[in-house]
Amino acid sequence: MAHRVLIPTPLRPYTGQKDAVEVDGGTVGEALASLTTNYKDLRKHLYADDGKLRHFVNIYVNDDDIRYLERDATKLKDGDVISIVPSVAGGAPGPALGEAQSAESKGTELNKAEFERYSRHLILPEVALEGQKKLKAGSVLCIGAGGLGSPAALYLAAAGVGRIGIVDFDAVDASNLQRQILHSTPDVGRPKLQSAKDRLEALNPEIKIETFEARLTSANALELFRGYDVILDGTDNFATRYLVNDACVLLGIPNAYGSIFRFEGQASVFATKDGPCYRCLYPEPPPPGLVPSCAEGGVLGVLPGVIGTIQATESIKLILGAGSTLVGRLLLYDAWGMRFRELKLRRDPACPVCGDHPTIKQLIDYEEFCGVKPAPAGSATVPETTVEELKARIDAKAPIFILDVREPHEYQVARIAGSTLIPLGQLDSRYGELPPASAGREIIVHCKSGVRSAKAVNLLKEHGIEAKNLKGGILAWIDKIDPSQPKY
Amino acid sequence: MSTDRARVDVDPSVTTLQATPRITTLTKDALQTIRDHGAESFPYECCGALIEVDGVVVEAFRMENTTLGGAARRFRIGPDGYRLADKRARERGGALVGFYHSHPNEPARPSTYDLEHAWPNLTYVIISVRAGTPADITVWHLRDDRSGFDEGELKWPIGS
Repeated sequence: MAHRVLIPTPLRPYTGQKDAVEVDGGTVGEALASLTTNYKDLRKHLYADDGKLRHFVNIYVNDDDIRYLERDATKLKDGDVISIVPSVAGGAPGPALGEAQSAESKGTELNKAEFERYSRHLILPEVALEGQKKLKAGSVLCIGAGGLGSPAALYLAAAGVGRIGIVDFDAVDASNLQRQILHSTPDVGRPKLQSAKDRLEALNPEIKIETFEARLTSANALELFRGYDVILDGTDNFATRYLVNDACVLLGIPNAYGSIFRFEGQASVFATKDGPCYRCLYPEPPPPGLVPSCAEGGVLGVLPGVIGTIQATESIKLILGAGSTLVGRLLLYDAWGMRFRELKLRRDPACPVCGDHPTIKQLIDYEEFCGVKPAPAGSATVPETTVEELKARIDAKAPIFILDVREPHEYQVARIAGSTLIPLGQLDSRYGELPPASAGREIIVHCKSGVRSAKAVNLLKEHGIEAKNLKGGILAWIDKIDPSQPKY
Repeated sequence: MSTDRARVDVDPSVTTLQATPRITTLTKDALQTIRDHGAESFPYECCGALIEVDGVVVEAFRMENTTLGGAARRFRIGPDGYRLADKRARERGGALVGFYHSHPNEPARPSTYDLEHAWPNLTYVIISVRAGTPADITVWHLRDDRSGFDEGELKWPIGS
């Protein structure tokens, strides 16, 4: 099969000044081999000494960069046009971000204990001593020591990543232990950072654990991230996820991304050179409250074990600079159906942060961006009542109607006596079951923590029904009124 | 024109002054654009394309620095940028002959990073910007065997 290859100006002296030449081959790799056989002087400008395409050489088939197709193995059809398009790069002397650490790996040596510890890596030709030294000289910052951060940090520590940072501000709660395997039963109530540090240092005393007890914000993110080779995003909310993404893009540090919801997880690698970022995939956050958190929606405990371990795998390959990472691919995992799927991603040239003409050049207010900023005083909020007020009214046998908008399986775990269950998703068709206003009973709506019930109050208002939201939901009820019931 | 002979972090074999240097001629406007762009972008690197018509670089076409490696020491013009510059040159009835970039607080000499990323047959103009003020400006061409750069000579018309 013959194909046309378009030659850019700087390479035309090697093709007799022709701007297009004909080549043969069924794949891009074969076509380029045919090209460099016919025009031998092209080879050293297209390929580095290790036989790989120089990374400032971009090969397009028609309008698609082969990095997002099958690379060298991309099949060619009749009439496909291959273009060689230069990227132009350069800069001042000295290392740029991220290069300083890898340069240090040259001076890194392993001690006797490390040779024994990492033996199974050292006998892998793909890792070997050079790779293990890179890991020792490498660094990963884990955002969160929760469901994803736990397995990720454990495997990174075990693998010998020399410097592991953890950002978290939470204390260990009993409900964390179902999945956050860095923490154990005696750790309940301790800061997560302390139990994480103890556990990781016990696993591998050869590495350095750095802890940052802070909520990640636009004010501290760049300072915290600087100097790490990889950022591992184990956050549980959209505002922080966009913050991590943007900070990674601005600093040029890859983001080993993972997220989980109920039985499903996803993973990718964002913010690499030429690769897509989280905003290329999701330009806008979902409306606040649409996607419940793990605390609201639940999560299968072993799910973050799979996704966090994938994030650790990607971090290790990024440090080694080897293997095929998830750059340009979104891996989807369904634990319930036990299926992995993959979506192709590409950098969006119009992306506001990593596109060709970025409009976001510094970190912004991510809570505002995600619409989760607390409503300013004076704005419309839903009418609320507290658990103490509710208890007093129940005791006084006041005319009230308690509406529970949670799901039936939640109702089975804990409930407020006398409440009526109508799940939020059914409320729009079942509001007729509520007592009419003429009955004179005040409607009080609750859910687990107050998010869904606030939506229910607004929904009822649209139907002309006045109701009050129970602040803090059943969790507050259990905390303050009825500790005999289990929290979930 | 004074030339900064300091060789910071550059392998001496990388650069050579040829006995008969290649001459690149710029218009005053193009030169001024490069100086202004370097000063405005300080402490970050600026970059742009050089568009030649009838043997003279008539336009320094400002481009976005899309590096992900930290713009204080790196610049990058991606494939989309390259195509844009090529289009611009054709629209002006000229040719895309090379690129310029700045070295904030560093000499106007190619770094080893510049060498690793250079294309043959292009003109590379480097401007040193010191504390925000444009300083020396130089021009370079990659040797065909990629072993280093040869320094060329920059000229611009007096007056005009």
